[in-house]
Amino acid sequence: MRRLLMGTLGWTSSLFSVAFLTSVAAGSAQAFTAYVSNEKGNSISVIDLDKMEVTATVQVGERPRGITLSHDKKQLFICTSDADHIEVLDLDTLKVVNTLPSGPDPELFTLSPDGKTLYVANEDNNMVTVLDVDQGSVASEIPVGTEPEGMGVSPDGKWLVNTSETTSMAHFIDTSTHEVIDSVLVDTRPRYAKFTPDGKFVWVSSEVGGTVSIIDAATRKIMHKVTFEIPGVRKETIQPVGVAITDDGKTAFIALGPANRVAVVDVASYKVEKYLLVGQRVWQLAFTPDNKLLLSTNGESNDISVIDVADQKVTKSITVGELPWGVAIR
Amino acid sequence: MMAAKPRLSAHPWLIASSLALLTIFSVGSLPGSAMAQDEGGASPSTTPQILNVTIGYLTEAIPEPPPLSLVEVVAKDKGLAGAKVALADNNTTGKFLKQSYELKEKTVAAGGDLKAGLDDLVGQGAKLIVADLTADRLLQLADLPEAKDLVIFNIRAEDDSLRLKDCRANIFNVVPSRAMKTDALAEYMAVKKWMRWVLVSGSNDADKAYADALRHSAKKFGAKIVEERTYEFKAGSRRSDTGEAQIRKQMADLTQRLPDYDVLAVADESEVFGEYLPYRTWDPRPVVGTQGLVPTAWHRSQEQWGGMQMQRRFEAAAHRWMLERDYSAWVAVRAIGEAATRTGKADPADVHSYLVSDAFTVGAFKGQGLTFRKWNQQLRQPMVLASPLMMVSVSPQEGFLHQRTPLDTLGYDEPESACHLNK
Repeated sequence: MRRLLMGTLGWTSSLFSVAFLTSVAAGSAQAFTAYVSNEKGNSISVIDLDKMEVTATVQVGERPRGITLSHDKKQLFICTSDADHIEVLDLDTLKVVNTLPSGPDPELFTLSPDGKTLYVANEDNNMVTVLDVDQGSVASEIPVGTEPEGMGVSPDGKWLVNTSETTSMAHFIDTSTHEVIDSVLVDTRPRYAKFTPDGKFVWVSSEVGGTVSIIDAATRKIMHKVTFEIPGVRKETIQPVGVAITDDGKTAFIALGPANRVAVVDVASYKVEKYLLVGQRVWQLAFTPDNKLLLSTNGESNDISVIDVADQKVTKSITVGELPWGVAIR
Repeated sequence: MMAAKPRLSAHPWLIASSLALLTIFSVGSLPGSAMAQDEGGASPSTTPQILNVTIGYLTEAIPEPPPLSLVEVVAKDKGLAGAKVALADNNTTGKFLKQSYELKEKTVAAGGDLKAGLDDLVGQGAKLIVADLTADRLLQLADLPEAKDLVIFNIRAEDDSLRLKDCRANIFNVVPSRAMKTDALAEYMAVKKWMRWVLVSGSNDADKAYADALRHSAKKFGAKIVEERTYEFKAGSRRSDTGEAQIRKQMADLTQRLPDYDVLAVADESEVFGEYLPYRTWDPRPVVGTQGLVPTAWHRSQEQWGGMQMQRRFEAAAHRWMLERDYSAWVAVRAIGEAATRTGKADPADVHSYLVSDAFTVGAFKGQGLTFRKWNQQLRQPMVLASPLMMVSVSPQEGFLHQRTPLDTLGYDEPESACHLNK
């Protein structure tokens, strides 16, 4: 109903809204599916992005947080943190078909571009675990700072960046030697690391520091710090976490936690163009493969917000399970 | 439950990484100006400066009464355990910067020689001291000529006098003051509109000080104390096999014939009777204060803002849950780590100037960075309001505003204080 209404409005109002209508049409054709991990619900919500509704809820291991798709997009890897392993969900049958070792308390991970390696942040023991996906075995463990969380891999797969929250560093790891080559001090409590599509820069969000540091991947120097200011919102509540950058490298979206906003940043100028009001305590973000929609997980309002990327507007919120954390879309 | 897997220890790894590969921040560099080298490039000019930071932990062997409830943990290393976890955290960070941290502990006998204790710590190189001491002993320590150029972190004494008049340039108050706690409680009472309080106080000095703080907070936030009563401790009142009926009657008597009221505020820091009040009052009223709904810097139910990680890390190390004093000690040692990490220096004068600078902030699982008030060197922090098993709320409450930060609605403000440090 809502979508129909918006579409009708779009038809009669402006060109921008026509763009939105097109995006919905494209979504229908491809029938994207979103998967959301519910940290307290111990479940994965499956969302049909054509119907914009939850079509299934799958019970998984304890405290699912970070999730990511396999290279062939047929499986979903789930950091079931309190189960101390990674569960593999078959996306056709929606059954957990395998578990992988991960080291204790896996929180967030990233898949190498070739799909062969998972790099897992073990929050409780200050390690990054390197996991051979096909073998289902641990290839290596890399000591990093206290409370590792953010994990970003360069598009060429040569560099891994891990952030450690209490240490406040972005660790640059050579994926061929599994050694920390460099550690860049950023603002307090870095949560997320994201390479730009060209691999030249890494965006690192600092939750308590309230900034996003943009690090030159070659020199490991901080080139710029994005700061945020929202009228009527207390500065302390602006806590950047998730970072998503469009495939064309032009626009970045940054989830601002308890400020309940997603910031839209122009990558070329680092300027914050807009703040989008979403649900409560927004942490993680994911695009549809066509980059037309962006989904945010809102932990405290137990829902996700659907953002129209071209319009820079929130078009829908969908209730999922208890304490939604991670999101992946195929 | 956990798969047994090989663990790499930090030490061999550190040796294995060649110094040239590990880029070090130049000493004195600030955030944002991090030094970096070209990929894999070795440069003799950035030969790492090794910084060893020695922290002293000084306490006095004062016997503490066991908690009234058998459920409460009896901790012999209260405070120290938190310092140890923070030390490990500092060392994890330090290995990337060629910094190392050590903790030297000293316990003086009750009423013993603080100067000798301090001399011992300073002799071992500790110039940054975590003080697990009561207010009078803390001041004795801080006023020693030997302590003049040290930095002392108060993790125990909650006395408002230390923030109002007896401030010292060499003392940083990490533990919240009583007024910060009771203000945090009063804000929540205001939100709930539970504005008519009955105050029941114990008879020890600490109980009286807490009652004073409650009175001040009531006035500050517009609550009314409709009546006050005092509970006198008598031998035989404490828990015993046959005491249940007696306790129930005592508490009912204590709270009988009161004017109409909303909450019963209890001031019993000595833990003599407060835990007996809930469900035994004459009228059905919630209990708040030192028991019941408690304002505290830390609670075992605190899982927000990454708190779960802290709880787990602490429990794995100390084999018990984290108490408020452990948390304060953790923050103190982490504040030292933050100063050393960000500035590359750890002399007391450098640490002092960094802690009171605008650059300083420490993440401590409170959803925002913590800083020090410049005029009295008190750590600003949100306060947890907790029932025995659950976090109920966090103050400052929404809508309580202050020109600097809402955190400064908690505790005595600058104009009320005779302290004017760091001017």
